[in-house]
Amino acid sequence: MANMNPQKMPMPEQAPDIRNKNFDEVTLGYTPEMAIEEAQRCLNCKHKPCISGCPVQVKIPEFIALVAEGKFLEAAAKIKETSALPAVCGRVCPQETQCEQKCVRGIKGEPVAIGRLERFVADYAREHGEEKPEKPASNGHKCAIVGAGPAGLTCAGDLARMGYEVTVFEALHTAGGVLMYGIPEFRLPKEIVQKEIDTLKDLGVEFVLNFVVGRSETIDELFEDGYEAVFVGSGAGLPTFMGVPGENANGVYSANEYLTRINLMKAYQDGAETPIFHARKVAVVGGGNVAMDAARCAKRMGAEEVYIVYRRSEKELPARLEEIHHAKEEGIVFKFLTAPLEVLSDENYNVVGLKCQQMELGEPDDSGRRRPVPVEGSEFVLDLDCVIAAIGTSPNPLIRTTTPGLDTNRKGCIVADDEHGITSKDGVFAGGDAVTGAATVILAMGAGKRAAAAMDEYIKNKQ
Amino acid sequence: MYQILKKQTLNANTKLMVIDAPHVARKAEPGQFIILRVSEDGERIPLTIADFDRKTGAVTIIFQEVGATTMALGRLNEGDCLHDFVGPLGRASELEGLKKVAVVGGGLGCAIAYPQAKKLHEMGAEVDLIAGFRSKDIIILEEEMKAASTNLYVVTDDGSNGRKALVTEVLGELIDAGNQYDAVIAIGPMIMMKFVAETTRPYGIKTIVSMNTIMVDGTGMCGGCRLTVGGETKFACVDGPDFDGHLVDFDGSMRRGAMYKAQEKASVERHECNLLKQEVK
Repeated sequence: MANMNPQKMPMPEQAPDIRNKNFDEVTLGYTPEMAIEEAQRCLNCKHKPCISGCPVQVKIPEFIALVAEGKFLEAAAKIKETSALPAVCGRVCPQETQCEQKCVRGIKGEPVAIGRLERFVADYAREHGEEKPEKPASNGHKCAIVGAGPAGLTCAGDLARMGYEVTVFEALHTAGGVLMYGIPEFRLPKEIVQKEIDTLKDLGVEFVLNFVVGRSETIDELFEDGYEAVFVGSGAGLPTFMGVPGENANGVYSANEYLTRINLMKAYQDGAETPIFHARKVAVVGGGNVAMDAARCAKRMGAEEVYIVYRRSEKELPARLEEIHHAKEEGIVFKFLTAPLEVLSDENYNVVGLKCQQMELGEPDDSGRRRPVPVEGSEFVLDLDCVIAAIGTSPNPLIRTTTPGLDTNRKGCIVADDEHGITSKDGVFAGGDAVTGAATVILAMGAGKRAAAAMDEYIKNKQ
Repeated sequence: MYQILKKQTLNANTKLMVIDAPHVARKAEPGQFIILRVSEDGERIPLTIADFDRKTGAVTIIFQEVGATTMALGRLNEGDCLHDFVGPLGRASELEGLKKVAVVGGGLGCAIAYPQAKKLHEMGAEVDLIAGFRSKDIIILEEEMKAASTNLYVVTDDGSNGRKALVTEVLGELIDAGNQYDAVIAIGPMIMMKFVAETTRPYGIKTIVSMNTIMVDGTGMCGGCRLTVGGETKFACVDGPDFDGHLVDFDGSMRRGAMYKAQEKASVERHECNLLKQEVK
């Protein structure tokens, strides 16, 4: 008999006023008992709507049934059949708009906590001597992956499982993309990401770090080196600045720079070589997950006051509800309907404030959201010593400017069909943020997965 | 890992290293740079590619020991390895079509100016190379610069090598003497580049400067290296490092360059303490 509790099993977490002073993971994960109890809430329904909500089609009811029986390692193996990074996805996927949104139990209560169960299973397997995957026999064909973020890692994993010799080229000194430099330790411990990457190495995937495709070598040269198909998963890492006067002052960061210094370069640790500005009063401009991450990092770096400055209202915030909730608990102050006008600085060029303007919502714009309109005479100044711009990113122009024949749109995104990742250039496939602009980890993974299938077909048809 | 093939001391705190980095050597062009990390916990620092050999896969860097990371780098020896070494980064200098050029290097900037002078010289251009140093004992690459130029003018701030002058004085004299330069290329401390740009501005001579801003990734993903050029925000790591010296906001860049001064000082002190501890043992 299923557990008919309408509520999800709650997940233990660090208390807000303790966790906002450390970088340890906020949520602590289920115990085996909690996992089994939650797994028993799954009705194992015939039409399995949850699977259709998952971009990589994890066999959700099957793995949950194994959890309910206490067969955790078997459950982990079941997930790994389709997902390369379960410990990551269980933590950072917006399940509320994906698998859990489709869950039948969600109609009359809370859906089954699929994400928390996936996370539990992956963590359990990692901590209890999960067997290393066997390296598949080579089929003699070589594929290249540009970028070691979620899209590239997923594509690499799938191709390796099919027997391809896969090389991943990564510009930074660490693989993982946004999982390493963007999402903070307290949401996604880097050790866990590294372990998932190591699993890919066990499958035979080769990683070439410190290699900037477009500079170190072009995509055409990768083909000359014998790669038969190339997947571009180079992301959308180019930060957008606010375009207001004063934003080159000392103390103004892009969220990318602030988060890279903290997460990738570990500037939060005592004695770290990479410096970071220890701000007292910070405003983060923007309302997405990246803005929440930057604000919560700033708090943990010791800032007394941290504001989120967002030009629309709370209802339009693009960040996940859970992140907004966590941010509020940790003492982040939200300034809604507020737009930045100018960064104010002193004679030494250091930030002293942000001149803002109150907004009101007008008619809906192209995106369907109501457009913010300035309220005249409503200017005010927030006293600050640091401003972090988290208003979006776009694809880096390096690939587009060095790859003849690769079409991009006016936003600089690579043009590729959604189903297969096929681009305008023969043998080149693309997916993730490089195609869609900044989106989510799991959508990038789904695109990597579909492209791997298409690359396999492409190479087979060529023979 | 990237092995140090050769290490040479050029002056008291300036060292040259040849690094085994075939990926970088294969595509490097004058004006481009690399980013390195000395160790696994190290920070990423940019250094200009001073020379390269496509055949052997070797890349030469020249650095001054000014902070914790460059001091740690300076302590490594031949046979040791750097943890990370990525490049070539940035855009190559646009040297095509230049027939007569003045290349101005200041201090360590001479190491950066050298590959440009060398390439121009090889292309058959007439190269007047003006190299400025604080004093005689820190002069570097004199023979190499001589070989890479038509005329070499070495000056020092204190006159210890014969001529006491600033590079801008020499440049001004050469222009006034009727030298018609297609371009002036200035590389060195920002304050020097600023004054070179001011020297050429009244004459309308195209002046290219190489901007040495603070960088993290060096691939265009953070904007830490941003500067204002002609009123627009540019990223030195991908749009540069070369820019039109008459359009660069040098004052703004110099102030951004000082952003982490206090922390850099603390980091150096921490390193020195560690060194002392080691020596006591």
